[in-house]
Amino acid sequence: MSEVLAPMEANVYRVEVAVGDTVSPGDVVAVLEAMKMEIPVNAEASGVVTELRVVAGENVAEGAVIAVLADS
Amino acid sequence: MTTSTSPRAGGTTASTTASTTGTGAAAGAFPIRSLLVANRGEIARRVITTAERLGIRTIAVHSDVDADLPFVREADQAVALGGTSAAETYRDVDKVLAAVRASGAQAVHPGYGLLSENADFAQAVLDAGVTWVGPSPEVIRAMGDKIAARNLMAAAGVPVAAGTRTPVTGADALAQAQRIGLPLMVKAAAGGGGMGMAVVRDVEQLVSTVERVTQFAERSFGDGSVLLERFVERARHVEVQILGLADGRVLALGERECSVQRRHQKLVEETPSPAVDEDLRARMLHAAQLAGQSVDYRGAGTVEFLLDAATGDFSFLEMNTRLQVEHPITELTCGLDLVEAQLRIAAGLDVAFDAAAAPGGHAIELRINAEDPQRFLPGPGTISVWEEPVEQGVRVDAGYRAGNRVTPAYDSLMAKVIVHAEDRAGALELARRAVKAFRIVGPKHNLDFFSELLDEDEFVSGAYDTGVIERMRAR
Repeated sequence: MSEVLAPMEANVYRVEVAVGDTVSPGDVVAVLEAMKMEIPVNAEASGVVTELRVVAGENVAEGAVIAVLADS
Repeated sequence: MTTSTSPRAGGTTASTTASTTGTGAAAGAFPIRSLLVANRGEIARRVITTAERLGIRTIAVHSDVDADLPFVREADQAVALGGTSAAETYRDVDKVLAAVRASGAQAVHPGYGLLSENADFAQAVLDAGVTWVGPSPEVIRAMGDKIAARNLMAAAGVPVAAGTRTPVTGADALAQAQRIGLPLMVKAAAGGGGMGMAVVRDVEQLVSTVERVTQFAERSFGDGSVLLERFVERARHVEVQILGLADGRVLALGERECSVQRRHQKLVEETPSPAVDEDLRARMLHAAQLAGQSVDYRGAGTVEFLLDAATGDFSFLEMNTRLQVEHPITELTCGLDLVEAQLRIAAGLDVAFDAAAAPGGHAIELRINAEDPQRFLPGPGTISVWEEPVEQGVRVDAGYRAGNRVTPAYDSLMAKVIVHAEDRAGALELARRAVKAFRIVGPKHNLDFFSELLDEDEFVSGAYDTGVIERMRAR
């Protein structure tokens, strides 16, 4: 199991995956928005998305869990 | 490389009326008695400082999260707009207009960004019987469309780069590109702030890039018009500060070198430009003056040029119809308070500028952003320590102080360090000391990047271009 974390305090602009999707390292899980910049958050490991902890429009703190991945 | 010590205002006319600098104590009260500042952070604070010196009552507007920032505390009156994002606060025309009416402000200063180049907002302010501190809505609108602006400037005799005179689509881009030649820049006509631009070096990439920029422009600016323009490798960004006076004359005050950029956004500016000699300066200032005169410009504006330092060829990029972030370096070398000049012009008063009596020297501005110094990614946070450098020749325009929170809702600019010395070497030394003395704890910040840059051979030599940061980070 691994977690995809927010690298900084930000607004969630888009969530790019759904529960059940399989992701590979480098895949964009979500796009955050901070200080007029869009910041893609990539999966670091491959896995299946078992949980999404954020929705678009929500504010997240630095280090907040965006998604939980189960090892595939 | 040539380094000159004093920016000369070629083609400008010196006025002999009372000086606007120094005490600014004109006889009697300033005609504008109250001013609403429709902005936030360092620029709102900077406008308020000058307005208060002139005896003008100041009104700040602010979002919920900005309530504790210095600009809100220092204004005579503060109006809460309610909400957090820029769209629901500072960019909300109806809310800001309601604040103008409720406060009884006689004038509105828009700062930069936000609503400053929104022609509809400027018109609404005027329609409410309130003074707009800026050029006319017509000029704002004309210069806000990069295609229209290019065509207008070309007609006025200002050099423009080879490019398209009408919006292009994927279908006709190829023919246009063959005429202009590669590499070229695909630009959103309504873009700004470095957004909506992409370089095409390979003809295979052309159509997909045009489509991508068009989609981005539709989404971001509500206008998908795109133009093509010849792209100059290793170009420098050099801009000229103009001032359109109440009597119709246009002064060109001097140039600013703005080539230290990341993501097409400036991090450092200096004046004079190390790439501009007396002859080139005279030509650039003349072109900028022509640009201003051709649209009957009033107030402070900036004409941006792309300069090919190898050939001395320069071409018009865009005109910014507002005060620029980097205006302080011009203030220091010209001995003018540009906010005061803006207010005087808006009030119909004269502005005195004598190029021969200007302090000259060399000024550098560093933009202290809440971003990491390596990749320049945003790093908001709460400021626990904020200690500004204090030294003769060092000015700090800051939007924050200890205890404030830098939120992700707005741009990352926290403060500007502006240094002024007799020559470039002296200014570089002052900048190095100021960076070392500045202490910020809490949000991420880019002070370490400036320490690096100020010892970087390419920058120190003065022979740098817009690729300098990319080359530093590629090593």
